[in-house]
Formats: sequence, C-alpha cells, structure tokens
Amino acid sequence: MIIKQLSIFLQNKIGRFTEVTNILGQAGVDMQAFTVSENSDFGILRLIVDDTDKAVEALRAAGFAVNTTDVVCLECPDRPGAIAPYMNKLSEGGISIEYMYAFSQCGSAKVIIRPDDIALCEKLISGC
Amino acid sequence: MECMPREELTKLQSERLVKIVKYTYDNVKYYHDRMDAAGVKPSDIKGIEDISKLPFMTKQDLRDYYPTGTFAAPMSDIVRFHASSGTTGKPIVAGYTQHDLECWSEGVARCLTAYGLSKKDIVQVAYGYGLFTGGLGAHDGATKVGCSVLPASSGNTAKQLLLMKDLGVTALCCTPSYALFLAESLHKSEDFSLKDMKLKAGVFGAEPWSENMRAELEEKLGIKAYDIYGLTEVSGPGVGGECEYQDGTHLWEDMFYPEIIDPVTLQPVPHGEQGELVFTTLTKEGMPVIRYRTRDLTSLNYEPCKCGRTSVRMNKIMGRTDDMLIIRGVNVFPTQIESVIMEFAECNGQYFITVDRVDNTDTFQLDIELRPECYADSVGALNALVKAITGRIASVIGIKCDVKIVEPGSIERSAGKAKHVIDKRKL
Repeated sequence: MIIKQLSIFLQNKIGRFTEVTNILGQAGVDMQAFTVSENSDFGILRLIVDDTDKAVEALRAAGFAVNTTDVVCLECPDRPGAIAPYMNKLSEGGISIEYMYAFSQCGSAKVIIRPDDIALCEKLISGC
Repeated sequence: MECMPREELTKLQSERLVKIVKYTYDNVKYYHDRMDAAGVKPSDIKGIEDISKLPFMTKQDLRDYYPTGTFAAPMSDIVRFHASSGTTGKPIVAGYTQHDLECWSEGVARCLTAYGLSKKDIVQVAYGYGLFTGGLGAHDGATKVGCSVLPASSGNTAKQLLLMKDLGVTALCCTPSYALFLAESLHKSEDFSLKDMKLKAGVFGAEPWSENMRAELEEKLGIKAYDIYGLTEVSGPGVGGECEYQDGTHLWEDMFYPEIIDPVTLQPVPHGEQGELVFTTLTKEGMPVIRYRTRDLTSLNYEPCKCGRTSVRMNKIMGRTDDMLIIRGVNVFPTQIESVIMEFAECNGQYFITVDRVDNTDTFQLDIELRPECYADSVGALNALVKAITGRIASVIGIKCDVKIVEPGSIERSAGKAKHVIDKRKL
C-alpha cells in the first residue's frame, strides 16, 4: 500500500536528531521506522510515524524543513526468500528504486520502497 | 529643477560650487589646510569644470576630525545631529542647519513624488529612527509631500503588519532586507494576508540590492519597489531616487554633484564607465563635503530619461570598495553572490558568506536557505542544486565557493542593514 513518509532536512550538527525525537515524543507521535541518507553537510531523515499530520505540524512549528513523500509499504513474512518474488516482479515490471529500507517484528517484515513509478510499483506488489 | 535644461543646470552647479568652495575655505580649517597643501585657491575655482582641481575627502578625514572638525556653520545654527553606526571605528557625526534639513527633505520629497506618491498616501517608515538618517530622513520627506506618516521605526514585525493593515498603508519605507523579512512574515502569518494590504509602493534603500530581489519584493508585497539612495556624510536618504521607469537612480545634481573616479588612480573615468562615486554637496551649510569618496562602485548615465527628468541617473551600485572581498586574489562583491542566488527559484534569498584562511589558502563558504517546499526528499537532488549554484557562481566571479544548504531560518535575520559576510582571516 501507499503511505506517507516524512522527509526532514537536518544540518550535520550534534543534537539535531535528538531534537526531532524530543519534539515527536512531546507530541505523542510514535516513530515506526526511519533511515538517514546523508552527505558531509546535511542528512535527510526519512521517517514513518503513526500520525503524519501531527508530526508535520509539530516539526514545522519548531522550524524544521519537513516535507512528505509517498512511498510504497510492502508487508511480507519474515522468513528466507519471502521478499524475492516481490523484487522479481518489480524488476520484470521495469521499476527502478531510488531507495528502500526495511524492518521486521513479530515474524512479519515491512519494506519501504521509493520507486520511480509509484502507481505501477504498488500495482505489481498487490498482484503478488 | 529636476527637468532643467542641462546648460542651465551646469550654470547653477558652477555658481554653487564657487560659493561652497569659498565658504568652506573661509570657515573650516580642514578645507583651508587641504586646499593650501594642494596649491589651490578659491579663486582658481571658476566653474564646475574646475572641480577636479580640488582634493578628495575620505571617511578617514571625517574620523580624524571627529566629531565636528569639518562643520562649517556655528553650533548655534546646527539644529540636528545624525551619526553613522561606527561599526568599524568612531562614528561619523553629521550636523544639519535648518536649511540643510529643508534641502534634505526636498530630496526625499522629489523621490517620493517620482514614485507616484502624494498627500493621499499613507507612508509607513520602518527605517530605524534615531542616529541613523533613514527614519527621520524618510519621515521629513514624506511630511513635506503631505503624506500621512506612520513612524513605525524598525522591529516589532507583528505590530508593523497590524498597523499596515488597519491603517491601509500604501507605501513602505525600509531597508530591502527588512522588507523581505516583513514579506516572509506576512506570508507565514495566520492573522494577515497580502489581500488585507493596500500597499502599492516600496521605498527601499540604505543597502545595495539586486534586480532579482526587486522582483521578489514586488511579487511578495504586491508593490512597485523603488530604490532610494543616500548616505549620512552627504545628507541621508534622498540624494537620489528612481522614477516610474525604474531605469537608474536620478541624482538631485543641483544639490549633490556626482563624479565617478578610478579608485586606484583617482582620475575621473570617461562618461558611463564604472568606478567610485564621489559627491560634492553644493548647498549644505552644516557639514558640507567636497569631493567625498563614497566607496560605492557604480556608473552614471547622462542620457535623458523617458520620464522627462534631465538629472543624471546612477546605475545600480555594484558594491562598496569596503565590502569588496579579495578572495584568492579575485575581487568579490556580496551583491554578485546575491544576484546568483536570486536566479534560483529554490532559494529564499537568505545567504551568508564566510571567508577564512586555512593552510595559507582562502576558504570561501556560502550558506544558503531554501524555500520550505524545496528541501527535497532526495540527497541527489540537493547535491545537484549545490553543484548548479557553485557552477553559476564560478562563472560569474571566476572562483569556486563551497555552497552549503542550511536549515530554514538558521541564517540570522536583521531589522537594519543585513549582515551577509564574515571575514575570519587575520590579515
């Protein structure tokens, strides 16, 4: 399914990520998954939360540069080979992936995918 | 006066120069000594063409004769003081007679009239009031035109916007950087929006600004943005201003005679060429200046203007000889950087230059902020933007700088003159 991801621009300095966690904690927003993509000067924190609107509001109020991005969330069992058929589908369908990250809990895995063609990607995955 | 045929203007300038040279020679030891040292007598000055025989005056002279050593009128005739900020040493103190204040407000009034303002307009003066000439200068000029003047001074943005809306302010006078700050605040505000405002003109000066910044201010505030030029040493704002064609700043030459010189050889440059702007005040009594080097770099255009005014037009100021940074041997003006930044729609116009020296090599870092929606999800896209800006700056000024995207709001905003540069080199 297609879900909203937060993309937060963070300058590379001590304590910036800490501030994000404090703000989200105070707002009562639960972080479900995140990853950071960076160069030497800045990073982009990509974050999946339980309440996107509340998180955006709290972070913007604190002056953070935060935008939302549509990503595909793929759920599959947490066992060897489970994700392979999905990836085969995407390759066969000509989907190019900009980035992805994954997490697993209680025997099930969630994979966040940012593809070049989000509608097609979602269609290919739901057909599996 | 503004449309006077040039022959008549030249005649008037000549009469006034002869008079001011004699007046300063007779009343001010500084001028007396300077002219004697240069071997020039007042009788050698017969017309405006003889001005090049006179010695130059610099900011250092005004500091050396601090506070009132170059005043020509007795203190009993001085009715007002102003002073420069003095961030680089002692302040420059300027003294004005009643007549000087009238000439000054006449200059500002001519500017405001040229921007299409009249007694029907409500003018918010958001320049700082006090020692800075901006506030009271704009105030007196707008009063002379008969405008309803709101002396808001600088700062307290929420109150500025509230009064702007509730009084139906039609013209805003302030520094361009403060105007941009007000515009940003207006767009961010939940209490006000542009359609609440009746603004039609912006009167911006006291710091150099680019055409791109003009376009941004005009769009964000729904106005025509006009340049007003001036400096404390010569009088204050209103030494010149643009007309409705926004094609150069008309200088009120009957009061302030401009020349352009080569800042190195000190020789006048041919008409139209760029160099350092030099002023002689032709009517001032309190603190006249003769051939005062402004350190502003620009050129003059003597072509008649479409508006009908015959006065010479000054082109945009390219920078100040003071602000000029020499980085790895190359002359760099912050205004050049600013105009590059404004070419990129992703940038919000805020920037900060840091120059340092590491291992005997100059480092040149440029921090920029983006519009909130332009902080992309992709590091690649931001890297590409940094590369594009770096490339554009290299092609404009000839050297590479280290461009860094910083978080929105992290570059310090100022209510007065914007600070865009820090030079940490211990030279």
